Amino acid sequence: MSRQTHQPSAVHPARQEALQHPRKGIVAALAGALILGLTGTAFGASGIAVTDKEVTVGQLHSSTGTMAISETGAIEAEQLAISQINAMGGVLGRKIKVIQEDGASDWPTFAEKMKKLLESDHVAAIFGCWTSASRKAVLPVLERDNGLLYYPTFYEGLEQSKNVVYTGQEATQQVFAGLDWVAKTKHAKTFYLIGSDYIWPRTTMKLARKYIETVLHGTVVGEEYAALGSTEFGSTINKIRLKKPDVIYAAVVGGSNVSWFKQLKAAGITGKSQTLLTLSVTEDEAKGIGGENLLGFYSAMKYFQSLNTPRNKEFVSQFKAKWGPTAPIGDVTQAAYEGPWLWKAAVEKAGSFETDKVVKAEESGTITFDAPEGMVYLEPNHHLKTRLRIGEWRADGQADIVYTSDYIDPNPFPKGY
Amino acid sequence: MDAYSLSDLWSILVMQGFSGLSLFSVLLLMALGLAIIFGQMGVINMAHGEFMTIGAYTIYSFSKLTETYFPTLMPYYFIVAILGAFLIAFVVGYLVEYTLIRHLYKRPLDTLLATWGLSLIMQQLFRSAFGAREVSATLPDWLMGSWKPTPDIDIPLNGIFVMVMSILVTGAVVLFLFRSNWGLKVRATTQNRVMAGAVGINTKKIDRVTFAIGCGIAGVAGACFTTIASTGPTSGSLYIVDTFLVVVFGGSASLFGTVASAFSIAQAQSVLTFFLTNAMGKVVTLMTIITILMMRPEGLFRSKVRR
Amino acid sequence: MNALLNRALGERNGAIGLAVLAVIILLIMPLALDIFRLNLVGKYLTYAFAAVGLVMVWGYGGILSLGQGVFFGFGGYCMAMFLKLEASDLTSTAHQTTPGIPDFMDWNQVTQLPMIWQPFHSFAFTVFAIIAVPLLISYVISAAMFKRRVGGVYFSIITQAIAAILTILVVGQQGLTGGINGITDLKTLNGWNINTDSAKYLLYFINGALLLGVIMVCNLVLSSKLGRLLLALRDKEDRVRFSGYDVANFKIFTFCMGAVISAIGGAMFTLQVGFMSPSIIGIVPSIEMVIFAAIGGRMSLVGAVYGTLIVNYGKTAFSESFPSLWLLFMGAMFIGVVMVFPNGLAGLYQSHLNDRVTRLLNRIKKVKSSDQLKVVKAES
Repeated sequence: MSRQTHQPSAVHPARQEALQHPRKGIVAALAGALILGLTGTAFGASGIAVTDKEVTVGQLHSSTGTMAISETGAIEAEQLAISQINAMGGVLGRKIKVIQEDGASDWPTFAEKMKKLLESDHVAAIFGCWTSASRKAVLPVLERDNGLLYYPTFYEGLEQSKNVVYTGQEATQQVFAGLDWVAKTKHAKTFYLIGSDYIWPRTTMKLARKYIETVLHGTVVGEEYAALGSTEFGSTINKIRLKKPDVIYAAVVGGSNVSWFKQLKAAGITGKSQTLLTLSVTEDEAKGIGGENLLGFYSAMKYFQSLNTPRNKEFVSQFKAKWGPTAPIGDVTQAAYEGPWLWKAAVEKAGSFETDKVVKAEESGTITFDAPEGMVYLEPNHHLKTRLRIGEWRADGQADIVYTSDYIDPNPFPKGY
Repeated sequence: MDAYSLSDLWSILVMQGFSGLSLFSVLLLMALGLAIIFGQMGVINMAHGEFMTIGAYTIYSFSKLTETYFPTLMPYYFIVAILGAFLIAFVVGYLVEYTLIRHLYKRPLDTLLATWGLSLIMQQLFRSAFGAREVSATLPDWLMGSWKPTPDIDIPLNGIFVMVMSILVTGAVVLFLFRSNWGLKVRATTQNRVMAGAVGINTKKIDRVTFAIGCGIAGVAGACFTTIASTGPTSGSLYIVDTFLVVVFGGSASLFGTVASAFSIAQAQSVLTFFLTNAMGKVVTLMTIITILMMRPEGLFRSKVRR
Repeated sequence: MNALLNRALGERNGAIGLAVLAVIILLIMPLALDIFRLNLVGKYLTYAFAAVGLVMVWGYGGILSLGQGVFFGFGGYCMAMFLKLEASDLTSTAHQTTPGIPDFMDWNQVTQLPMIWQPFHSFAFTVFAIIAVPLLISYVISAAMFKRRVGGVYFSIITQAIAAILTILVVGQQGLTGGINGITDLKTLNGWNINTDSAKYLLYFINGALLLGVIMVCNLVLSSKLGRLLLALRDKEDRVRFSGYDVANFKIFTFCMGAVISAIGGAMFTLQVGFMSPSIIGIVPSIEMVIFAAIGGRMSLVGAVYGTLIVNYGKTAFSESFPSLWLLFMGAMFIGVVMVFPNGLAGLYQSHLNDRVTRLLNRIKKVKSSDQLKVVKAES
């Protein structure tokens, strides 16, 4: 059932009763007014998401709390895309109006705000979430209320909801091609895997280990997970020294990421002497880590800001014009930028804002977008067919792209892994 | 394990020993400021992590200013910036004591809530002032990289730096508390506030300065940690748990307890991390701390003053 | 019996307060709010359990626990484990490497249901565990502390350290606990779909009734000899000890009671929100629970509920209207309540409204009330 078709019946329950029992209605209305006055928030639930002139969408990221560090870029990119779409006349002739909510880096808050966006604001689509935890928290709400979420982060896969479009890469897209490249160009045989201790690095490393052992015929000499928020890597680095791997394959996130690279450099492990391929450093993280600490290391991403195409240069200059010259643009930021555009394409193909019709259009396999990273193709499994790129970090916090793969089909449920 | 050459094992042993010591100095530096405030005044400063963040952002600002206006001075700015971090955190601490803490000495539990509120406000101010993203100060070359006594051994320079700083700060605190006139007054106030007042010590002023010094030390700690960790609006929250553990485990009102506690936690964690994994090492350390706390709730070294 | 009921309701003034609260929770809210907002209020009311527990522990026992979220979490996780096992039946997990175990275990390469999860197939055991697990843990913690006369600020930061450590453990043991994601995607309780609107209504009322029941039990305890001892303890612990009482046992009792009350709230949280996550058991939520109690007035059970509702409404309203500024408001609220209104809403009520309300009531029931007052005096 779509939210739009049941609009007429979505009258406030209290209001429905008010029609039947006038006196009870007065009590309810008084109480409602009391609570309204208390919070200054409107509780009227029957707003229509689409008028003749306007369509309302939601934006749900953390602008406070520990995740604000990462999610700011996504917020900015989505707003840029929406303002550009509006400048072009909007979607199906309607201007996009954004309701921005703060998930505050807290998963129950994400679920609460998702519910609010869907059930009170009746938004047509939501651009949001960053961590897997926040996505998992909102997913049941999203599926129950039949909403649409555009999720920008590269993630672990193992999921395919009809209500979500994953504009970041799933694990197989990010892992295999990168390992192929490092094995070929660096003649790597031994690998040391290290990640933060949660689902994304664990799944990624599981895939990587299997691929290294069965396809590349290499060895994994160590696999290790650091507690989330850990700032101490001295002992871990010593272990790595003892094992002398050809490649350090890393997926450390958050504040730990900065400690990890600063301490690597301090221990004399630099891009000159050691090959390191990371899955968790974009230009956003590089700003916090400091380019000099990353010099010569590699990242596997689908997008780098330095990508030398006219389309990307145009995007970068638009982004900087809106958000300031120092704002970095990372992989997730670019993936977030794709969200509103892909939604626009799907809505226009469906000719409607109704979730079921839009989902059908999404699954048709014909939705494409000329993104800054190049053409992307929305596959019927709700993931994007994209390329993988390897960037070598420079001291200024930008990366030189040293390798670009062919298009890789998304495969969120890899067989045999 | 496979066969490793003896020299390999030797160099790992040296480096591993060093990383244990380096973690020790990190924990000590974190906890000193809090230990002074808590130990001497019985006040829990929940905004301690944010005072560290003040230090970190001071380094960042100095680095940016130096880079823009005096690029030739880049190798030296760090020293000045650390002093700046101390001063700024000291001044902020002084003001906080004056406006907030001094009204709450009779209600220590309320101080905890008020400083928590303060930490929320400070986080938001950092975010408004420096942006939500992490930043990175350009560090002078002499702080980066490693020192190689032999070809196989790399001793992190930033580790040495943090260690030196923590020795200096601890030394300064010991001198201040036990050898200076001020310290005498601070200790007198701690032991018997009324009598201290009766013999003419301005106890209010003592409180204010003690609190501010604790905050200043937090600022220095935060400044030093820019060499090993991240700088962002919520960076303080990364340290705060460890900081509290060190102080609680050491027992209140005992500077020696804090040192001993930092040392044992650091060694346990460093050795366990080496033989287990990073996450497991942390878990086993924490479990041990909980068990010991259940048996000795007063911490390793109990305070001599019974309430 | 009548006297017992009278005590549970909190005598005359208490009974009025409780009745007003009951009307607000059970009548006005459901009538005025749509199901989305009502469910939200239901979620806030689960936090109110923790706040009510804190009134007992902190307001009356004088012990500030900064680990209330831990017990909330134990209740919530026990319930979530039961629901998750029910949601992980063989058909819906058929695509997994090991069907029949929760999805996150499968992602973490766990191939067999861990021992500790086995008994949670039984609902009876789950209900028992929701009470027993926090009871046991809180007993161990409080006995270790209070037998050695650890108290005050020091007790607070130890409970905080425990909250921090347990959070790290829960996040780290993801094969067992779901890690940072928590236990998500819960669907049915003994075959009853908890995500439908009607289920949400029912759960809301169960939650409200439980909360009122808990407040009445607390009233009973407080009006007993134990309650008076607790007050004496808080104000002059040594004198109570010198009078021959074993002080530690009373404190342990209060602490355990607060823990169990929180755990009930946690279990209701899982049922109403549909998942459990480590982000509600750590330091931050534990301290927020303290602020709920403080805003309401740390000595008022009913106040704790209002405090919880107001802070959370404030949070929602602020973050909807000024997403990036709500931390400033929250921080100011913490400082304000401590500096300006140390007795919270209940204190404001006492100093400004109580007399007027009492006078009003006396005027209405002049004769009857004087009788009642005599009864009250005779009883106490």
